[in-house]
Amino acid sequence: MTNHEYDVVIVGAGGAGMRAALESSQGARTAVLTKLYPTRSHTGAAQGGMAAALANVEDDNAEWHTFDTVKGGDYLVDQDAAEILCTEAVDAVLDLEKMGLPFNRTTAGTIDQRRFGGHTRGHGEAAVRRACYAADRTGHMILQTLYQQCIKQEVEFFNEFYVLDLILDGDPQAATASADVAVAGVIAYELATGEVHTFRAKSVIFATGGAGKVFKTTSNAHTLTGDGMALALRRGIPLEDMEFFQFHPTGLAGLGILLSEAARGEGGILRNSTGERFMERYAPTIKDLAPRDMVARAMANEVREGRGCGPAKDYVLLDLTHLEPAHIDAKLPDITEFARTYLGVEPYTEPIPVFPTAHYAMGGIPTTVRGEVLRNNTDVIKGLYAAGECACVSVHGANRLGTNSLLDINVFGKRSGVAAAEYAKTAKLAPMPADADAAVAGQVASLRATVGSSDGTEKVADVRRELQETMDRNVQVFRTDESLREAAAVIVGLKKRFENVAIHDRGQRFNTDLLEAIELGFLLDLAEVVVAGALARKESRGGHYREDFPERDDKNFMRHTMAYATSKGVKLDYKPVVVTKYQPMERKY
Amino acid sequence: MTATAEAPAEIGAVETFEVTLRVKRQNPEGNDAHGPGEEYWEEFQLTCLATDRVLDALHQIKWNVDGTLNFRRSCAHGVCGSDAMRINAKNRLACSTLLKDLNPARPITVEPIAGLPVLKDLIVDMEPFFASYREIMPFLMTTGPTPERERLQSPEDRERFDDTTKCILCAACTTACPVFWTDGQYFGPQAIVGAHRFIFDSRDEGQWERLEILNDRAGVWKCRTAFNCTEACPRGIEVTKAISEVKHALNTGEV
Repeated sequence: MTNHEYDVVIVGAGGAGMRAALESSQGARTAVLTKLYPTRSHTGAAQGGMAAALANVEDDNAEWHTFDTVKGGDYLVDQDAAEILCTEAVDAVLDLEKMGLPFNRTTAGTIDQRRFGGHTRGHGEAAVRRACYAADRTGHMILQTLYQQCIKQEVEFFNEFYVLDLILDGDPQAATASADVAVAGVIAYELATGEVHTFRAKSVIFATGGAGKVFKTTSNAHTLTGDGMALALRRGIPLEDMEFFQFHPTGLAGLGILLSEAARGEGGILRNSTGERFMERYAPTIKDLAPRDMVARAMANEVREGRGCGPAKDYVLLDLTHLEPAHIDAKLPDITEFARTYLGVEPYTEPIPVFPTAHYAMGGIPTTVRGEVLRNNTDVIKGLYAAGECACVSVHGANRLGTNSLLDINVFGKRSGVAAAEYAKTAKLAPMPADADAAVAGQVASLRATVGSSDGTEKVADVRRELQETMDRNVQVFRTDESLREAAAVIVGLKKRFENVAIHDRGQRFNTDLLEAIELGFLLDLAEVVVAGALARKESRGGHYREDFPERDDKNFMRHTMAYATSKGVKLDYKPVVVTKYQPMERKY
Repeated sequence: MTATAEAPAEIGAVETFEVTLRVKRQNPEGNDAHGPGEEYWEEFQLTCLATDRVLDALHQIKWNVDGTLNFRRSCAHGVCGSDAMRINAKNRLACSTLLKDLNPARPITVEPIAGLPVLKDLIVDMEPFFASYREIMPFLMTTGPTPERERLQSPEDRERFDDTTKCILCAACTTACPVFWTDGQYFGPQAIVGAHRFIFDSRDEGQWERLEILNDRAGVWKCRTAFNCTEACPRGIEVTKAISEVKHALNTGEV
């Protein structure tokens, strides 16, 4: 076992983690731990753009952007946080440009902007060009640029270190409102050697990304198993609004690989089996550029009503054939290549089969606008921060607008990095028990002991597949009391079976077999929270659609879900939504 | 063995076929049949879908047959750069190579990328590769005060270095380079691609520092224009062309 000591430890090296590191490492000794290499992080898969009211190509302002974010989130957005997001957006984009990010340019040489779903001028009058972009690889450029700046600033990385425990100096649920709970550090498993490391730190920032692998059909990487969220939950920290999961409308049919909304921003059209542009019926004003939850539901509804395409009538078509090939090549090169590579479809001449794919967790670890992690509705855990998809500020509410996540990681990554370094200046290290690594060491040892043992009767891959299939079947775009109860029962059974799981690899070096088992444990815990929140929320709002409660119910449910793990299962509580300027209205586009 | 395409069992079902995967393996800790660090080939017979990629086949082995098989992967659609491998003697990403495009009638061979130390099965030590990248100072260098708004750049100037911005640091190019295999000093093509991305960026003022680094013994003059790198690049970057543009800049003193 090796001990390390830092002012700030950042867990995760995607956009939020590296943006935080660029701030914190200026004044505080910082380590960044990632279970991958920084450039493998899933920020790099983001395609379409980053929203900011630069007004480079047409009139726009941060207030319109704030309104769109609140309305897009179906009024579950904390409006003070959304205002910060949209106001600081302009500097967030300019900061990246100054770091060297190669944005597409206007003929005047400024950063070019394009349309994206739900972004409008004048509070919904018409679509506005607000997304700053670099072809359809904006996330790739952000990840590369932030990594390049980390090289310049000599940020210290621990690559292929899996953080498997979070150490606090007290129980966040036992502590009274006035008593402090502080972070002491994290326990990490080094992939290359199998060694367990203890990292003491004054501040810890979780920037561990999403949990899309709870679903079978997802745009998310294999590694997006919700590690940070699950660790927080297990240590007594609530998770906020986990029932709100975004299903991106245009995943490659059957595969889930993302095709950016930029395809529709650049003029692409969704069609059903009759060739009809069906979004005209669902969102007469902005049509194909309605927010993702509405488009995904419309697509699923077309398929359900028999207007799906293909031999099994189980997808719709994304039509780019009316666009000039040169325009497609310039603005959408990667996604059209995905269609060619994976489905053998030529987007110049053929429409692309698409269907919704699990894409983004609106919920996560609850934080303040400074990134501080909340242990209940009001009190923070000292020294603990979260940013990016693993966090819930909440700027996305019940449905995130496209291009607001690349914005989120930059604005709140920066804010948490600043706050963590500032706290570390005056804070003392919290006490770390000598046996702080015992839980991780024990978990690793007992999994190793299952190799070749007769006790282990279950395979990780089987339990994971059954979890993902039940989530796709019961907790996707359409949900009912019945489907959610079925999912809940299946998850209980899978958690039981998980106790008897056996692995194959007893080795110390690069034992990814062992880590996949641990990651499955995270997925099971998170799926349970998603389903519990969805069952209790007897309304439809944003990404959460209950067929048995198809209307939004502001009287009973305009509030955030706060889910706690207890020995008796998931306990739900609620937190008020921060409303400043915008009273809830019917959501029409 | 022959690939047998079976008729789809139901409407909408994807065709399946049989395939043999020959994987080059090495376990630093050894196992029942092989000593520590011993290299060996292992064959796996699999039933795959017509839409399956090499990565799906590797997952099928890991999840159903042998959990000790090791490889890196993350995004599974060709943008994170984790799973560059030598597949049928050519460097490619396992997640963007479809089995059906590889003539599945014959065994498909999968090896680690060459020229970097193998750590376990298909996992290599990436550190020397990233060290070369860091060496060329891959970040925007400017002088003078930071402007309030964005630096201006015409679409044409932006286009000048577009190709090399696509790099995902997968190492397919560098580990396909015969000079890199035999010459322990050479930075390799990726580092030159990384430098090119900044040298030809109109906003950058560090081009001569970078060119000086590439003019070194370990730099561009080692390249024998074998074109392996260009063929290997899963992002379609014209790597050899980028290298020749760097050579041209050094010869003429103009960028």
